[in-house]
Amino acid sequence: MQQSWIILGATSSMARAMARRLAKEGATLFLCGRDMDDLAATAADCLARGAATAEALPFDARDTNTFAEIIERATTEEGVINCAVFVGSMPEQSDIDATPALIAGVVTDSHTGPATFLHMLAPHIEARGQGTVVGVGSVAGDRGRIGNYVYGSAKAGFATYLSGLRNRLTRAGGHVVTVKPGFVDTAMTWGIEGMFLVASPDAVAGDILTAVAKKKNVIYTPFFWRYIMLIIRHIPEFIFKKMSI
Amino acid sequence: MAWNKLTYTGWGRARVASGLVARPERRSTLSRDLAETRAPAFGMRRSYGDVALNDEGRAYDMTRLDRVIAFDPATGGVEVEAGMPIGDLGRAFANKGWIPPVMPGTGFATVGGCIANDVHGKNHHVMGSFGQHVTAITLIQGAKTRKITPKSAPDLWQATVGGLGQTGVIASAKLQLMPCKGDMMVLTERRIDGLDAFLVAFDESRTDYTVGWMDATATGARLGRGILEEGEITSGINKSRDAVKSVPFNAPSWALSAPVVRVFNELYFRRVPAKGRTSVKPITEPFFPLDAIHNWNRLYGKRGFHQFQCVVPMDQVEVLRMMLTRIGTSGLASPLAVLKKMGTGRGGYMSFPMEGYTLAVDFPNRDGAEEVISELTDMAHDAGGRIYFAKDSVASAAQIAGMYPDQDTWAKAVAKADPERTFETDLVRRLGLRDGTGAA
Repeated sequence: MQQSWIILGATSSMARAMARRLAKEGATLFLCGRDMDDLAATAADCLARGAATAEALPFDARDTNTFAEIIERATTEEGVINCAVFVGSMPEQSDIDATPALIAGVVTDSHTGPATFLHMLAPHIEARGQGTVVGVGSVAGDRGRIGNYVYGSAKAGFATYLSGLRNRLTRAGGHVVTVKPGFVDTAMTWGIEGMFLVASPDAVAGDILTAVAKKKNVIYTPFFWRYIMLIIRHIPEFIFKKMSI
Repeated sequence: MAWNKLTYTGWGRARVASGLVARPERRSTLSRDLAETRAPAFGMRRSYGDVALNDEGRAYDMTRLDRVIAFDPATGGVEVEAGMPIGDLGRAFANKGWIPPVMPGTGFATVGGCIANDVHGKNHHVMGSFGQHVTAITLIQGAKTRKITPKSAPDLWQATVGGLGQTGVIASAKLQLMPCKGDMMVLTERRIDGLDAFLVAFDESRTDYTVGWMDATATGARLGRGILEEGEITSGINKSRDAVKSVPFNAPSWALSAPVVRVFNELYFRRVPAKGRTSVKPITEPFFPLDAIHNWNRLYGKRGFHQFQCVVPMDQVEVLRMMLTRIGTSGLASPLAVLKKMGTGRGGYMSFPMEGYTLAVDFPNRDGAEEVISELTDMAHDAGGRIYFAKDSVASAAQIAGMYPDQDTWAKAVAKADPERTFETDLVRRLGLRDGTGAA
């Protein structure tokens, strides 16, 4: 059956890698984001690589008015409608410390914006009785750390939202995969010191699609981050609060 | 813009550079960054020496700009971002009946790099060089972006194709693909006893793709023996190979010591039965024989290796023989030695190809290797031939003087395009290429 994928935040390198893999499988792609030129380029690339169709659509997590048009367009397609969420923003912690008003934007980009979109999409997945939502969170959401706890808290909120959505959509035949990437070699991490065990966006995209096929619930990618985070989550708070990892 | 302090090398790993590197992921970012900071660009760094390095300077990593921008299935015209590996381009379109007319020995080389080095393939005698199939180039020269064609800016075009990135950063390019029957190749391999037999075989060969592997350790009567590979593209079902191997760590120094290489070459020579053999393979195998082994450069150990590649005119066979003798007795040659007969096709002022025989040999970066390469460079020079900048990491400015007759014309065009020398790389500085000594 024809698979359609709405990809939110399609300008990110992880999303681009996933779109390419979906294109090879002949999927219908809706590439959503703010940089329309870049999205158009990715759409052309996906078409050349075998996508049934690939369209660029405007999406801004902070502007809910952009949501309905995407859902209307995608639901005109027959078959299965899936959605992958790659949006999020992570300003420097020092910038946030200086301007706490930045927090609202981070939470909107990483949690409430995508959650609102998924809430608008959910009835369509329920109506069709199938469809997968991929929500990209972060290992940063597993525990609040001094370096990026605003971003981490938004991703934690999004992860909790996804687990609730999974609970809801499963009853109707849908599915939700929560993805927690560790360090990925993207524009966000380029030039940041202290990166280790960095994965390529393409490897992460491969892990995500395997998880979709196997109907996994929560994955860490690369897999070993599950164990790294297991340890980090189990450090007693009285020790953790003095650490700066 | 984010700059990352990196230490990086070319494929040979014998030359190292340190400096700040930006890796734009969008075209808009690249234009914005270049308007602010002009610096040379590199792709997958599959060139062997220092042509892609800018030690103590800045550079742009183009590998994230790797998309197809447009494709016309009626004409086979395709526009791609410069960071796209040529092998990906081949894989994307071969099953639709279109293939890049020229492919170098590795599919990892980017389109931008293929243009900047005006690479050639096993079908050079038929299709000429890569740049001859490029129809438009988007060039970013600081704040200015220009789309050039061979007609719109003939001088700048000739200075850009094979121009080692000195006229600006190649952001994207339009290529004319070639119709192809499919993505398989009929490959005939046969043993060749020596250099003279090789030259006769090249003369008699009628296939589109022709290349010779040589046993560079052979001396005496066996000098120049090897295997001739002749291929034609055909249709069929390409069962894509899924098992990619990787060399996990740097090999110890004995791995490519003289006795090991001699035994390896003997076995490799005997791999092909005495009466020859014909097989059908996915095109990627004969095109990119080593791409299935990732990081194969680690086989040469931490110190890396050099490759020497030259072309000498057709009538300089005796020089070729002298070179092979010198290589064979040095005890330094590796299993990788390639001989090919080239046609006349070339795309720009500084393009490597010229009619004659091209010889490429790898040398582990050991004591004596640079001296041997230096001697071979002089031999190529004296024979009226030239060396290939995409491979070189050893030559000096004096040694290459006169090798490229259009060097002065190129240097003038480059000086106009980049008067502040912001796109200079380590190789261009080492060989003083922009000072223009080609007429010497």
